[in-house]
Parts: sequence; C-alpha cells; structure tokens
Amino acid sequence: MALKDITLGQYFPGNTPIHRLDPRTKLLCTILYIIALFSAKGGAAYVVLFAVLCACVAVSKIRPKVILRGMRPILFIIVLTAVLNIFYTPGDPIWQWKFLKITVEGLWAAFFMVLRISFLITGTFLLTYTTSPIMLTDGLEKLLGPLKKVRVPVHELSMMMSIALRFIPTLIEETDKIMSAQKARGADFDTGNLFQKARALVPLLVPLFISAFRRADELATAMECRCYHGGEGRTRLRQLRYRGSDIAALLGGCALVAVVAVLRTLGI
Amino acid sequence: MSDIIETRALRFSYPAAEGVTPVVLDGVDLSIQAGSFVAVLGHNGSGKSTLAKHMNAILLPTGGKVYVDGIDTADDGRLLDIRRTVGMVFQNPDNQIVANVVEEDVAFAPENLGVPPEEIRRRVDDALKAVGMYEFREHAPHLLSGGQKQRVAIAGVLAMAPRCIVLDEPTAMLDPVGRREVMDTIKDLNRTAGVTVVLITHHMDEAAQADRLVVMSDGHVVADGAPREVFSHVEALKSVGLTVPETVELCWTLRKDGLDLPLDALSDEECAQALYDLLAE
Repeated sequence: MALKDITLGQYFPGNTPIHRLDPRTKLLCTILYIIALFSAKGGAAYVVLFAVLCACVAVSKIRPKVILRGMRPILFIIVLTAVLNIFYTPGDPIWQWKFLKITVEGLWAAFFMVLRISFLITGTFLLTYTTSPIMLTDGLEKLLGPLKKVRVPVHELSMMMSIALRFIPTLIEETDKIMSAQKARGADFDTGNLFQKARALVPLLVPLFISAFRRADELATAMECRCYHGGEGRTRLRQLRYRGSDIAALLGGCALVAVVAVLRTLGI
Repeated sequence: MSDIIETRALRFSYPAAEGVTPVVLDGVDLSIQAGSFVAVLGHNGSGKSTLAKHMNAILLPTGGKVYVDGIDTADDGRLLDIRRTVGMVFQNPDNQIVANVVEEDVAFAPENLGVPPEEIRRRVDDALKAVGMYEFREHAPHLLSGGQKQRVAIAGVLAMAPRCIVLDEPTAMLDPVGRREVMDTIKDLNRTAGVTVVLITHHMDEAAQADRLVVMSDGHVVADGAPREVFSHVEALKSVGLTVPETVELCWTLRKDGLDLPLDALSDEECAQALYDLLAE
C-alpha cells in the first residue's frame, strides 16, 4: 500500500502570481468558480470554464500529471456518476436492452457531469496545491472572523485544522512503520474478504491511536511551554493584505460568474 | 551573578493510587545561576524530568517552592512571564513542532506573546541563524532529519527570547550525528548568547560538557559540582546505578590494579596523555 502517494491537500511551494495571491482571495475565487461551474449550462460556458482553469493551472506551474494523479482516488465517484447519468436520464433512446436504455440526453448529461466534477476537483486542488495549509487556515480564520461575534470558536477551529494538517505526514509515516512491524510478524493486510481485511486493521489502529493520544498530550505541553493561551492577543508573522493582484483576481472571478450567467440566459 | 531558577525544599508526589503516594522529588534545593550550563544526570525514574517540568510551571510543587527569576511558579497570574523566561525543549522533536513550515513554527511563540510582525520576522531569522537552520526556513519540518528537527524546536523556544532553556533529554531519539549537532548548538548558545542552559540527560559524555553537574537519584540530589569532580567519585556514582565516562572508567580500573592515574580525565586526549605520562616515568 502506497500511503505516501496521497497528494490530497498537499502543498507545492512556488512563487507564481497564483502562489502570491492572498489566501482569502484564493478561497473566494474558488467559491466564485464553483458558483460559475454549477450555474453553467451549454457547451460555450464549459469551454470558458475550461479555458480559465487551464490558464490558472498554466500560471501556477503545477504539472497536469500531478493533478491527474490526485484525481485517481475520486475516479470511482466520477465513473459512478457518469454511469448513473447515462442510464437514468429520460429522453430519446439510442440503445435499449430490457430495462436498460441509453439516451442522447443521458450521454450529454453524463459528459457534462464528468466535466463538472473534474473541474470542481481541479479547482479545489489548485487552491490547496498553491496555498500552504497555514496560509489557508489563516485565510479561513480571517474570512470567518466576523463569526467570532456570535461565539463561533473560529481561532480554535483553524488551530485544530492546521495541527491536523501538520500531523498527517507524521501519522502516515507511523502507520507505515506499524504496518511493516506487523507484517514482519506475519500479519496479513492484503488477502481475504472485506470483513477479514477490516479485522486485520484492528491491530494497526490500536497502536496508532495510542500513539496519537500520546503525541497530542506532548504537543499540548510543548504549546503551553511556548506561551500558547488561545487566540486572544495573538499576532501573526505573516500579515494578510489585499493587493492590486487580489482585487484583479476577485474581479476576474466575478466576471466569470457574470459571463456564465449571460451564456445561460442566452441559452448557448 | 543572580539565580535564574531556585528550588527550595521542592517536593513532588503524584496523587495517591491504591494507598501508595509515589514521591518523585523529595526535598530538592537547587540554585541555577544565570548564564551557566548545568547538566542534570540520573537514571530512569530518578526524578530528573519531573524536576525539569517544575522549572517552567508545567508541574507545580506539592511541597516547597520554585522561583523563576524571583517569581513563585505557583503564581497563576505570572504564568506567561515564567514561561517566556524559561523555555523548554522535549525529547521527541515531532511532537513539539506545531506548523507545516519551519519559519512559521519558529514564529509560534512570539505570535502567542503578541509581538509585532516585523519584530517576529527579526526574531525568527535570528533564532534560525543561531541554530544554523536559516537556509531551511521554508522547508516542511517532517522532511528534516531528527537533529535538524530538534534544532528547529530549539529555535522555536529561542524566538521567545528566554533567559534560560531547559532541555529534557533532547538527544535521546537522535542518531550520533544528530546528537552532536544538538550538543554543539546548545554549547554555542550558552557561550555566545549567554543563555542559561539546563540539560537533562542520561548520557555521561553530554553531562561531561557542562560547567556544573547535578546527579539525581530517587528524588534527591546526590552529587553537585564540576563534572571532573563529580565523575571522580566513581563508587558513589555506581552505587546510584550510573556509569562514568569510559576514560574515567579505564583509569579507575587501572588504579585498582595499583597504577597511579588521575580520575578526572574526561576527554580521550587527557586520558591518553595521562597514560603516556605514566608509561614515560
């Protein structure tokens, strides 16, 4: 099992215009892109969305191979959605066998649905690939800041998120180690039916959890030693500041939504 | 010189379980002078880590007092003052690094203290340069070696600008290269930056590099003095389950056979010289 291949939520450092954008801008632009994506209808809108996405990927210098590799775990969902759309959309049947039928509308719906999901995933990948997790949580904390007034523990949530992200590689490494240790003593993780495989994971999870709790305890002490006392009075090394490029990016995002909306009303 | 940490008749015991009250520290009187490099040596269960945890109010005494720069550690309102005066580095570097990027981790403590951003930037750069990790400032901590991670952890404490650093077995999980990196960093901080260092360890060779050596056993201080002097009491150390550096052990064994060798040769060179002098006579 190649645990180290997981790229979900991974950050690729760089110094492109997209990397340099304020994380809040990137979060908002991603949301705008998703809005545009879900209001898109018709080929022209998808062409526009695809072009924007390609341009962003090109500017960010993230290799398309990396994005494709990241999509692999979600391939199943994409295929399933496509199949469901092909067979369950009513319309002109072009092929029929007993209760199964494929319609022209179904094929189109499946095609657009696959595009929609892949664009959505690529868009969010672009966000996490070009924004360090700390910047991302900082951005979220700032964006959600007003919620503090209604007693939402925004700082605590973003702290939890950034610590969780920090410990993902550490825990993956540890899982690999425990697995190797168990395999060396004859544990079998690869054969048997689903139930047997799940049972084989118990001796893996127990030490992993115990170690995670121990780590949490030590980390909490270390944080206290470094004067952590919640979000009150805390300053930050990196100050988030909107610049010209951020305003341009946000305007671009709004323009995209507008273009898609216009195309939708025109029915192209 | 003034005392940065002072313990007076410090006692500590964990809450009673099954009628037994385990006493971990039993009357420890210790004064640590500002600017000194003190090693605390002891075998497992001697109370040395517990003592360390009293030095910045992670644990509070069940009897006696601990003063950090004159502040009673039991004074709740001054907790941040105590913690920013005495920083602490632990055994496992993985479990004390908070952030995904080296410089953001080092910035954690000054951020907590509400230091202005420009000042944080300066402190982070200085701390990383002091431990020789400046060129790694944008790396991900989990991709560094053990010794490098531990140096980042030290930088993270240094960024608070503490007057004293307590290190609780910082080299226990490192390979020999990492151990040397960390020891060199600690010594350098003490000599050039004048930071008081308290090093908790069970490695004789590390303890030998300090200015002062405190030996703990069963919650008591059993020896306290310059490493040369402490290590020359070979029988006393052996009686509390500790060994002595190999060079001292060699001279001690030869002395038992009637050879006139000094017991304070801590380095290989000194030991070789002593043997050479003896043979030359």
